[in-house]
Amino acid sequence: MLLIRCPWCGDRDEIEFKYGGQAHLAYPSDPEALTDAEWADFLFMRDNPKGEWAERWMHAAGCRRWFNAIRDTAAHRMVATYRMGEEPPR
Amino acid sequence: MTGRRIEGAGAWVDRAHPIGFTIDGRLLQGFAGDTVASALLASGEVGGFISPLSARPRGVYAAGVEEPNAFVEIAAPWFEPIRPATMVNLVDGLVVRRRAGVGVLPSDPVATRPARHRYHHVETLVIGGGASGRAAATIAEGRVLIVDEHDVVIDPPPNATTLTSTTATGIYDDGSVLCYQRDGATDVFHHVRAGRVVLAAGAHERPLAFPGNDRPGVMLAAAARAYLERYGVLVGERIVVFSTNHAGHDAAEALATAGATVVVVDPAVRPGPATERLRAAGIEVRLNARVIATDGEPALTGVTVSAADGQRTTLPADTLAVSGGWNPAVQLARGLGIGVRYDEDRTCFVPDGSGPDWLTVIGRAAGNVPSSFPIWVIDAGDDREKYVELQRDQTVADVADAVAGGLTNAEHVKRATYIGTTIDQGRTSGVLTAEIVNRLLGWAPGAQGPTNARPPYTPVPFSALAGPDGGPILLDPIRVTPLQAWHDAHGAVDENVGQWKRPRYFPRAGEDMDAAVARETRALRTSVGVLDASTLGKIDVRGPDAGVFLDRTYTNRMSNVAVGSIRYGLMLGLDGMVFDDGVALRVTDEHYVVTTTTGGAAGVMDRFEEWLQTEWTDLRVYCTSVTEQWSVVAVGGPRARDVVAAAGTDTDLANASFPFMTFRDATVAGVPARIGRISFTGELSYELHVSPWYAQHVWDAVMAAGAPFDITPYGTEAMHVLRAEKGYVIVGQETDGTQTPEDLGMAWIVNTGKGDFVGKRSLVRSDMLRADRKQLVGVMTDEPARVLVEGTQLIAEATIPEPPAHMLGWVTSSYRSEALGRSIALAVVEAGRSLIGQQIHAVVGDTTVPCRVADPVFYDPEGTRRDG
Repeated sequence: MLLIRCPWCGDRDEIEFKYGGQAHLAYPSDPEALTDAEWADFLFMRDNPKGEWAERWMHAAGCRRWFNAIRDTAAHRMVATYRMGEEPPR
Repeated sequence: MTGRRIEGAGAWVDRAHPIGFTIDGRLLQGFAGDTVASALLASGEVGGFISPLSARPRGVYAAGVEEPNAFVEIAAPWFEPIRPATMVNLVDGLVVRRRAGVGVLPSDPVATRPARHRYHHVETLVIGGGASGRAAATIAEGRVLIVDEHDVVIDPPPNATTLTSTTATGIYDDGSVLCYQRDGATDVFHHVRAGRVVLAAGAHERPLAFPGNDRPGVMLAAAARAYLERYGVLVGERIVVFSTNHAGHDAAEALATAGATVVVVDPAVRPGPATERLRAAGIEVRLNARVIATDGEPALTGVTVSAADGQRTTLPADTLAVSGGWNPAVQLARGLGIGVRYDEDRTCFVPDGSGPDWLTVIGRAAGNVPSSFPIWVIDAGDDREKYVELQRDQTVADVADAVAGGLTNAEHVKRATYIGTTIDQGRTSGVLTAEIVNRLLGWAPGAQGPTNARPPYTPVPFSALAGPDGGPILLDPIRVTPLQAWHDAHGAVDENVGQWKRPRYFPRAGEDMDAAVARETRALRTSVGVLDASTLGKIDVRGPDAGVFLDRTYTNRMSNVAVGSIRYGLMLGLDGMVFDDGVALRVTDEHYVVTTTTGGAAGVMDRFEEWLQTEWTDLRVYCTSVTEQWSVVAVGGPRARDVVAAAGTDTDLANASFPFMTFRDATVAGVPARIGRISFTGELSYELHVSPWYAQHVWDAVMAAGAPFDITPYGTEAMHVLRAEKGYVIVGQETDGTQTPEDLGMAWIVNTGKGDFVGKRSLVRSDMLRADRKQLVGVMTDEPARVLVEGTQLIAEATIPEPPAHMLGWVTSSYRSEALGRSIALAVVEAGRSLIGQQIHAVVGDTTVPCRVADPVFYDPEGTRRDG
């Protein structure tokens, strides 16, 4: 079970959190201007890298805040977490 | 074997505290601190066990978790199907029986060992309370926890909390470690989160493969020493020690000092320091020698030794103690993905690579084990008598068969022979098997290591995992409304809806479900019924932008609902599929209460918060789950108005002043109530939303007021029939995540002119516009009494065609309708609305049932009944 640092509550067990998939996917400002293919790309297609990537989590059994995290998918290790709206740490 | 208790040894037992126990119906005695195995040995019994496959006689072989022979079922004071006799401590009232390596579960529930869970947060967790582990704990700072699977830790460091009889069963992410403690008559499952984990789990001695190595009386040398030093039991009088390493030699010396006659057989060619020391102590050491046979019927009486020149001598012996080298206990590290490499000097596999930065492997577990003469199989005699895996009765010949069959990888050999799939998880057999395979293939020792290890390190009873949450509730809470006691007292038959219990129907004496549902639906259509609708999900939505928020969330417009009015809404996923439905009550300009399906409440709440926090961060809206803060008593039927009036209310119930899809904050039966005119049955209906404190009071008032009309409490089954008669969908019953509003015939609720909403763009994807999408329709069997089974497949043909038959769709809801006097069904059917009036066929077994496609609204299509 991962130890996840909620940016609001601190270190908590993974069981308190809900996973939210890839981060930094902005909802299109005008969905109706997109072609079917472009909309489908936004709707269905996600990165699946080996290594570090940004993903969303929600502290479901705690403060219920959504936040972003950098996780290494190969090592299954949390590298960093940061609040919604913040830039990913470098 | 002639084991006996001796004076002056046995630090782990309390001789002032004898304990009797029963094994296979016989009463034996040991001391507090004994295991069943040590007490058996002290009573002069080593054997009596048999192997599971070949039914060969077997004896106690080890002193810990690696025991492959001696298994017992615990029958009292609790039940456990199987456990090594080396891991069962004597307690008052203990009753065990020998088991041949396989437990038998009783068919009836039995008393398991009570169990609880504990949680620890520490700076340092040390796994293993031996010398290395204690040294590491002593210098660790902050909170320090030591766990050790043995019953005693000597000189525990004062700065640490020490848990004995506690096995770390797995190391997981970020210093998360699960530990299983056999604590007297209780099991404790420990969840540990540690900043640093020190793995000091020690090493396990491995046996050697020689003919007759499974005879009772053959045991590991370290076990013979452990029985002496821990329990004061000298396992035999005439002991041959077959040892490749100085730890085995040390065991020989300890056994000799305790009074046994000891001969050491050592395959080494030249004497080492240990040899000289043993000889100086007067112990016979036979160098460059091997054990090549054992005698005894069945327990050991003699050991045949072959010298370098081939000369054979048979030594009288009641015990043969074997030490073929040492395997570092790397299993827990390997569970984290850490590999192993072969250490040629020590002839063992040690951790390869460091693993996560919070883990340190030290001591014998890290490879600090005695050097060992490199020998695994003795080249003499019949390979079919050289046991490799005692619990699976697998020999060197069986491994050779697997290799001859083309298997070269230890993992494959494991799966062919089942070696290592045992209760001891191959503690004694794993490395031995790998080295036999290496040798058979002509590879160097260590060319491949043992098979991988995964948690749990030792078996954990399910009862320990369940802990106090065992029994019928398991791990999921049961949610009940404040009216559940009334429902129980009135004979309700419940069903589970998510975590909720809901009355399904209220049978009267002699009624089955069909009869009860027919009566309940008839009451609602002809007089009045009452439903506990408290489980409806409810979310309080407040803020200046609440209307805008709901407009983006539902397919229709909610921002222009008048204060005091109610509007039904559909919610879609981003993919355009129906996600949930419910109504929105506008309380003030900036305050709504929305309802959700019973099972969908948490998901809708999550959805609201996700959009507000991640996309629409500019909206000033706050959402609060108020499902439990509002109980709902739904009064429905032609006499509903009379009943609410008779229950007493301060609001005017007349249709003109209190029309359909409005609500009033008023009083009912003297308590505050939000009265909503919402109907899921098509009948005149009043939903009374009240504080849960008043739910029973209001329910009782409604029952009393309705008595003249024979008011009938009804359950979810009647509700399902009533709504199906009206063609109202249930999200999750008519839908499975692949239905759009258009598919359900609900395009009327999609407002494409109000701006963007969740799922809107997906509704015009090319796939959504296909004419052959499955659409919600009614289905009526030609034979009115025939009720189709939900899930029934629908086809065009009267005769089932050869596969693959083309399925038009399937039945989603199916009931007998009391109001229509016949069966009705809802179904999703390809281009179904274009088929209304046409014949299709339902597949029932090998035959078909003719049906006609119908409009999904079966009853009162004009909606004349809702106003009473």
